[in-house]
Formats: sequence, C-alpha cells, structure tokens
Amino acid sequence: MADAKVIPFDDDRPRRRRPRTPAPVRALPEAPQPAAGPEPGPARDDGGWERRIAGGLAFLRRRLTGEYEVDEFGYDEELTDQVLMSLLRPVYEKYFRVEVKGIENIPADGGALIVANHSGTLPLDGLMLQVAVHDRHPAERHLRLLAADLVFRLPVVNEVARKAGHTLACAEDAERLLGAGEIVGVMPEGFKGIGKPFSERYKLQRFGRGGFVSTALRAGVPIVPCSIVGAEEIYPMVGNARTLARVLGLPYFPLTPTFPWLGPLGALPLPTKWTIQFGEPIPTDGYATEAAEDPMLMFNLTDQVREQIQHTLYKLLVQRRSVFF
Amino acid sequence: MGRVVLVTGVARPLSGRFVRRVQREEGVDKVVAVDSVAPAHQLGDAEFVQADIGRPAIGRLLAEYRVDTVVHLDVSGTPLGGGGRSSVKEANVIGTLQLLGACQKAPSVRRLVVKSSTNVYGSASRDPAVFTETTPAKALPSGGFAKDAVEVEGYVRGFARRRPDVAVCVLRFANILGPGADTPLAEYFSLPVLPTVLGYDPRLQFVHEEDCLDVLRIAAGEPARGTLNSGTFNIAGDGVVLLSQCARRLGSPTVPVLLPAVTWVGAALRTVGVTDFSREQIRLLTHGRVVSTVQMRETLGFHPAWTTAQTFADFARARGSGLLPPQAVAHAVDRVAETVRAPSTAYPEPSAD
Repeated sequence: MADAKVIPFDDDRPRRRRPRTPAPVRALPEAPQPAAGPEPGPARDDGGWERRIAGGLAFLRRRLTGEYEVDEFGYDEELTDQVLMSLLRPVYEKYFRVEVKGIENIPADGGALIVANHSGTLPLDGLMLQVAVHDRHPAERHLRLLAADLVFRLPVVNEVARKAGHTLACAEDAERLLGAGEIVGVMPEGFKGIGKPFSERYKLQRFGRGGFVSTALRAGVPIVPCSIVGAEEIYPMVGNARTLARVLGLPYFPLTPTFPWLGPLGALPLPTKWTIQFGEPIPTDGYATEAAEDPMLMFNLTDQVREQIQHTLYKLLVQRRSVFF
Repeated sequence: MGRVVLVTGVARPLSGRFVRRVQREEGVDKVVAVDSVAPAHQLGDAEFVQADIGRPAIGRLLAEYRVDTVVHLDVSGTPLGGGGRSSVKEANVIGTLQLLGACQKAPSVRRLVVKSSTNVYGSASRDPAVFTETTPAKALPSGGFAKDAVEVEGYVRGFARRRPDVAVCVLRFANILGPGADTPLAEYFSLPVLPTVLGYDPRLQFVHEEDCLDVLRIAAGEPARGTLNSGTFNIAGDGVVLLSQCARRLGSPTVPVLLPAVTWVGAALRTVGVTDFSREQIRLLTHGRVVSTVQMRETLGFHPAWTTAQTFADFARARGSGLLPPQAVAHAVDRVAETVRAPSTAYPEPSAD
C-alpha cells in the first residue's frame, strides 16, 4: 500500500488535546490574514500566523498541483487529516461532546475489526467513530469504515467517502484492508439498524449473515465490539415515507418531528450527548484456517459480539443521566 | 531450430515497436508481422504480410512459416485510420475467432499471447475497490470495446480447453499511456478542457508503453525459473491516481457535468469526432477501476519499471501543459506566500521559521 506522505504543517495535535488556554499576548504581524489555509482558525500556539499561513499555502500548493498521494482505495490521508477531520472535530467535541471509553482495547499496531451498532438515520455515528479512533488513540490510528453501496452510488458522497478512507462493505475489501494492518470499522446492522424507528432504539438488529466474523477470522485479527450511545436520538425517526423512499431509490425516507416539516432546519441533528465504548477484544487467531467455513462457529461468534455490544449499550444507558447532558 | 513469432495488429505503433523488439530476442529466428493495413513505421527485419486475420488465409500463413508463438495484439478500442465502431468490433471479435480457429489447426503453435484489457471487469458502484484476476464483474460490460474484450477472452478460454498443449497467456492491461499512446483515455486527456462526472472522482491506474513491451516479451518467451507465464494476469503500474489529480498535474481545467447529461455530452463529442466517449469510458470516469497486480509480480515475475504516477508524468511531459500549467499554479501560490511573509520580516520573531 502506498503510504501517503503527510507533512504536518501545524502543531494542531497538542492544541486539541490541551485544555483551552488564553492566547498568548503578543504582537501579531500586520499581514492581513487571507482565508488561504484550510484551517483558518485562530492560532493559539507558538509559531503563530506565519507558520499557519505558510503551512496552509504549502498545502494549497500541493492540492492545486495534484502532488499528493492516495492509496488503492482512494484514501487521501492528507485531505482527511487536514480538512475532513478538522470539519468533523467541532461536531465531535462541541456538538455531541463525545465521551470515549476503552480506547486501549484497540491495538496500537496491526489490524483489528471494530464492530459497532448503527443508528441515527444518517451515518453520523460512523464519522464520529472515525474521529474518536483517530483523536483518542495514542497511535492516532485511522479507521477505515465499510459503507453500504448506496454511499458509492451517490455523487459527491462517494467522492468524499473514498477520500476519507471508506470503502464498500464487501469481504474482498475488508480482507485487503485487514491484511494491510488497518483498523477496519463495520456496522453489521446496516440499513436495518440506521433506519429503525425511534421506538426500537438501542435494540440491536440482526447482524447480517455474520460475514464480518469470517473475514476477521481469515485475517486473524481481533474483533473489538463497540457500543455507541447517543446517536439514536439525533434524528428521532417517528415515521417512514415508504413510497417516497421507493421513488427516490432510498432504503427509507425518515420522518422526524422536525424533518421534513421545517425544511433544512429540520435536518439539524439534536445535540445529544454521546458515549462510545470499545469493549474487550475477541481474539480470532486461535482458530484453524477451516474455522472460517464453519457456520456454527460463525453464528456463535456473531452472537457473542452482538450480546457484548447489547449489554454494554444497556449498561451505558443506565449510567446515562440525560439524553442531552 | 529457432522460434517463429507471428504478431498481429502491427500497424499500431505499440505493436510495431514490439515487432522490432522481439526480433532481438535470443532464439527468435523470424518474426511474421500481420495486419490488414500497411504500417507507417519500420518493422526491421520482420516479414510483413498484409492480411486480414478475419479471413481463413491466416491459417495458411501459420502453416507456411511453421509459427510456434502467436502474439495477438489486434484487440483494440480505437479504429485505425477511419472506420467506425462496427469495423473495430469486427476486427476484434471475428479476427480473434478466425485466428484461434487457425491456431487450433496448426500443430506447430506452442504459445499464444493475447492482449486484453482490465475493461473486462466493468466498473460499478457495487464492485470491490480492487479487482483480482478472479473477481467476477458485477455488471458485465454491455457494449463497446469492453464487451469485445470479454468475448475475446471467452474464445481464448475455449481455445485453451481444446488445445491444452498450447501455453496461453492473457494480459489484461490497465489504461496504456505514454508519449505515443493512442488509447481512448489518451485522447480524452488530450482535450483542452476535461469533462468530468459531477461528484465522482474515479481512481485510475496506468501502465507505460515500455512496460507493455517488456511484459509482452516475457509472455512470448520461455518462462524464467520460478515463474509461470501462462494464465491470466492484470498488468498495471504501482499506485493509483485520481482523475482530479491527473487533471491538475496535466494543467487541464475540468468541467463537471451531471451524470445524466454526460451521456449527451459524450454523444455530442463523438459526433464531432473529438474522442471516443463511449458508455464504458463514462463508467470508467465515474467509478474508476483498480486491479491487483500480485499475480503479475509473483507468478509472472514481471515488475513494471514505471509507476502509475510516473507513467502519467511521462505522458504529460510528451503532451505539454494544458491551460493551467501546474508550474504556473505553484508559482502563483508561492507569490501569495511571499506577499504574506514580506510584511512580517519587519518584525523579527524568533519562533518563525
């Protein structure tokens, strides 16, 4: 796999870890700050405007001349780190105030398969999971999500998804990524989970055919169960306009208390408080190679993963003080 | 006794270069170059026979020269010197059928090399990101060159079944680029403004002309120790580039067009005769295509000298910059960087680099 060359032009990593400190008072250069950099946020660290702007321009230069690299899945590490993550981070930190537990269950190197519950009408949970793994893990690992084929059929969405490192949820791609030692995220509930009515929140749906277990087994990587609490309430789906969904070629068309009645404003997610908990990894390297072909074992392992996620969900829900705080 | 190599489709520049190259190979006695039109380039010492491989005469040729290696390069997406899509299809499909029929009757033939294309995988949103040689196409190509290639490969598989004593090698080339490339994609990149599909940024892979010649040479000769040169192999350079990257490196502005409208634009361009903007090419430029080259490296033992990015750079060099040369863009950004930096030099700041 081609390793993308990332030139960190900015020390924004410490910035987002550190609690916010007042900006050091100093004479600012007189140069008016053009909105050239991809992150024209206020500079709080030493280095100041100049480094940020120079870094931003160097980034812009690379982007405009096409001198950057993508891997065979179309993953653009530089763009993801510098732009996409910076756009998602405020949502992650300020809007959903995501709390992450058990990040140490993700290995620091080598492949792993993160299996999470899926909810929220729009796949924001996947994106927040990606930010959580990258920002909270000491090794700053990149999560490679497996997405439904609908994502790759939609214009613009498919382009961004590929650049953010997502790929089609199929055994070939998952195996290739795991074989390359990547952290792969999968949400086996698929549309059944994300498009379920509000009344069935936090009830795990069927886990497909359990293909993810055999993939992890073949690759010999651990399965990390992951429970996401808070995503269920962002768009409480009280109804489903099936006819409209069929006309538009979508798996469901959500009706929430605000959408589509309030128009674009209704598409704003509710600011719920999220918790993402990574559970104990389930090792898969102890099995023989034929084990991946054994349906009984696959069912059992799938159930084990499912139960663990469901139990953690219940536990987190009991601990939760309120949906919004 | 030395080997006799028959090469088809030699009127194309790449095939012509292969003819000249293969003559210099050790153990090759004679090269018979066949095409229905006379080539514009030199063929060296090769014997040129003007013949249509779609006619039974090809069988006599095989017997007369006691040909033992057939390199079938007359599978191509673009017509040579006029002629429409139907003549291309005729040459590809009927030509292959006749040639294989003749080969089957020719006991001297020991080795067959066929140039195919990664077009056979099609291109769809439901496809895995990387195709291996065994990946079945989710949506079989419905027409155009891709369908020809699928049919040609079908005939070749049939031939391999009927003549198990012949070593058959099918090379599925990714998009061939280079200074002299005449593929549809090269024509597309030669447009001053590149129409793209709005909201899609396909992943592309290229293989350099030089690497094509090298891999054909490997496939047409005796396999080296520890390698096997019969079977089906994907041939592509390392790495992947996006169409947007290509456009920027080339300096060509892009015009994103809505997917339904792309078909009309394609039809319009085709009518004007600018480029072959076929349906399959639109699909390639929508979803892209990346193939795995593990078999090529490990089984065939071929390691391309050019990566995808290098191949494209070589093509871009030969073609010259477009309307927005990347150097000029980089220079403009540098100028902005300088104007930003200039005022601050009055304030010496130790922390600044």
